[in-house]
Amino acid sequence: MDLNFTAEEQLFREEVRGFLRAKLPVAISRKVLGGKRLEKGDFVRWQQLLNERGWGAVAWPEAFGGTGWNAVQQHIFDEECADAGAPLQLPFGLKMVAPVIMAFGNPAQQQRFLPRIIDGSDWWCQGYSEPGAGSDLASLTMRAVREGDHYVVNGQKTWNTLGQYADWIFCLVRTSTEGRPQTGISFLLIDMKTPGITVRPIIMLDGEHEINEVWFEDVRVPVENLIGEENKGWTYAKFLLGHERTGIAGVGRSKRELKKLKDIARKETANGRPLIEDQRFRDRIAQVELELMALEITNLRVISAEGEKKRAPGPEASILKIKGSEIQQMLTELQMQALGHYALPYLENALDAGWQGDAGMPDYADYAASLAGHYFNFRKTTIYGGSNEIQKNIISQMILGL
Amino acid sequence: MDFNYTEEQLALQDTLRRFIAKDYGFEHRRALAKSADGFDRSAWKTFADFGILALPFPEDFGGISEHGGNAVDTMLVMEMLGRGLALEPYVSTVVLCGGLIRDAGSAAQKKALLPAIAGGELMLALAHFEPGARYELDHVATTATAAGSGWRLDGAKAVVLGGPSADKLIVSARAGKGLSLFLVDAKASGVTLRAYPTQDGARAADVKLAGVKVGADALLGTAGAALPVIERALDYANAALCAEAVGIMSALNEVTLEYLKTRKQFGVPIGKFQALQHRMADMVIATEQARSMATLAAVRVDSRDAAERSRSVAAAKAYVTQSARLVGQQAVQLHGGMGVVDELNVAHYFKRLTMIGLTFGDADYHLGKFSDALLVA
Repeated sequence: MDLNFTAEEQLFREEVRGFLRAKLPVAISRKVLGGKRLEKGDFVRWQQLLNERGWGAVAWPEAFGGTGWNAVQQHIFDEECADAGAPLQLPFGLKMVAPVIMAFGNPAQQQRFLPRIIDGSDWWCQGYSEPGAGSDLASLTMRAVREGDHYVVNGQKTWNTLGQYADWIFCLVRTSTEGRPQTGISFLLIDMKTPGITVRPIIMLDGEHEINEVWFEDVRVPVENLIGEENKGWTYAKFLLGHERTGIAGVGRSKRELKKLKDIARKETANGRPLIEDQRFRDRIAQVELELMALEITNLRVISAEGEKKRAPGPEASILKIKGSEIQQMLTELQMQALGHYALPYLENALDAGWQGDAGMPDYADYAASLAGHYFNFRKTTIYGGSNEIQKNIISQMILGL
Repeated sequence: MDFNYTEEQLALQDTLRRFIAKDYGFEHRRALAKSADGFDRSAWKTFADFGILALPFPEDFGGISEHGGNAVDTMLVMEMLGRGLALEPYVSTVVLCGGLIRDAGSAAQKKALLPAIAGGELMLALAHFEPGARYELDHVATTATAAGSGWRLDGAKAVVLGGPSADKLIVSARAGKGLSLFLVDAKASGVTLRAYPTQDGARAADVKLAGVKVGADALLGTAGAALPVIERALDYANAALCAEAVGIMSALNEVTLEYLKTRKQFGVPIGKFQALQHRMADMVIATEQARSMATLAAVRVDSRDAAERSRSVAAAKAYVTQSARLVGQQAVQLHGGMGVVDELNVAHYFKRLTMIGLTFGDADYHLGKFSDALLVA
């Protein structure tokens, strides 16, 4: 039993830190740390920089251009990237479709798609949920009918994240209505430029355009874009969801946000004293820090067990998802609450980088402007990736056998 | 980074697990709680044979390893004792008093006392907390005044855990400015014990000290400098209680899960109902998180940095207590009427968890301690 990182791991951490200091553009990290809006170019630029260093896909095996790092190294990398204010590497290509292509795609698909994911050429998005198929994903109805060398796709996907930038979408489609709903699903890769696809924004409660609905009308998809076998898509989908939960604890990011919360609580005042000296508020910070300390160790326990068994996380990843999302929500809520009524102004432009403040607005507005919006936005975390209630079902069934 | 136990640790864990299963069953434990001693003296001898009464001591004083076992060894012992709801005053004698003697004792005191603890021949209790002190460690009104070549002790101590079975007490007292510790024979003239059972079936006592005379050799450590030693010993005790609580929570989850799978209502096992499944999932999550924090406490309590040590243990005790409350209350709820009867182990696990939460600082006390450390950081 040893909670310390080895000397080698410490050296590795220094190496990551050195890279971040040298290569992470300040213009980007300032946006991330300040809670500003990120643009497509920011994500792509960061992916390119990582790729140039050979770190484009830290979780991939070396055979596909990954780093081959173990779970602890990946954890250290995540933690340092979060702390430095690097943009999140979006999971849709790297962590979701890529493992499926590696495990179930054919060599031609692997050669065609994987290099363009790792170098940032292709932006991927996800076509899973439908208006009538959320938690009950297997009830999805978007049809793909085989016509010669093509599938003709008709239907609608929703809760599609950042699809407005996407080059490709991976979709679960219904290819059969025979038998159990799970047995008639296929996994299809679709070029977003194909005629018949319409992307319509869904504006979220914070006023931002992060998600979309995507309509498919007689969209012709070459059969070579089918992953694996027809009607076996549910197997691949479940495999993907297992990978989606890796890193879902978000420990590195939450540690950074806890630091920010403490900074805000030191800067804001109550009764002429720093807010952090208010015991009632400080105890709430302390409580979320306890939760995060426990999660950090639970996360390390899970990933070191994974490392030993060389496998994707099992149902215990649901524990990480539940606690991780709850903690992220607590942090955004406390950051907002630390501002008191100064969190009220809705200043849309304040989320743009380089905003200098409106005449007459107090100087806190620069960091204050994003906090209520983040609180609202982060209500999504207990809903997406399998809602926390679905995660509890998974724990009940897979761990407890109920 | 390594979350595995060593071969030796796994072997010890296995030995204890088998002992609890075979020789320390629930009915046996229930009978012990009602017996005069309130614990099993033969089990205590067995613990001596297993080597666990010497766990924190160096080899020279009866211990099993050169420098003494670490807090992770104690963690796995406590987890198993928790599973068995063991009534023996292990924390009082070995962790608290053994730790104080190890840390503060003279060579002669260590030589005289530690091997006797290790052999199971000597039991001790820490008489430190006082009426009105609540959890504050430096709130001591008991006085030590110089008398001849020795000392005279006067005062009152409250809820001395393991007091009734103790051969010796370690008494804290104020001599001038600081706190000092004294080894006092439990039968010494002027010592009065009012013994009682505790809510969880263990034994404790309120202790009166009226003109108790002790020799110069009764002083444990440096006069006036005991507070940091007491703080350290209580950090060890709290780390041990965290591990005990995790053992109990694991056991409680097992019996609750079994109940959900076997108890039928409306024609199906009640574990088929989602409302109950989600409560059970919450219990599992709370237990895993508590295990993480108990591990943190066990690893950090050995730290040389006192602030780091205390902060980590406070964090763990606050969090484990909160988790234990959730797990205990939900286990009772999920057992329905069977959760509130004396006949089943569920209520006994619940009561012990609850009392752990009130011992050596509750969740609010430790959260406050951790929270106040944020002002320094």
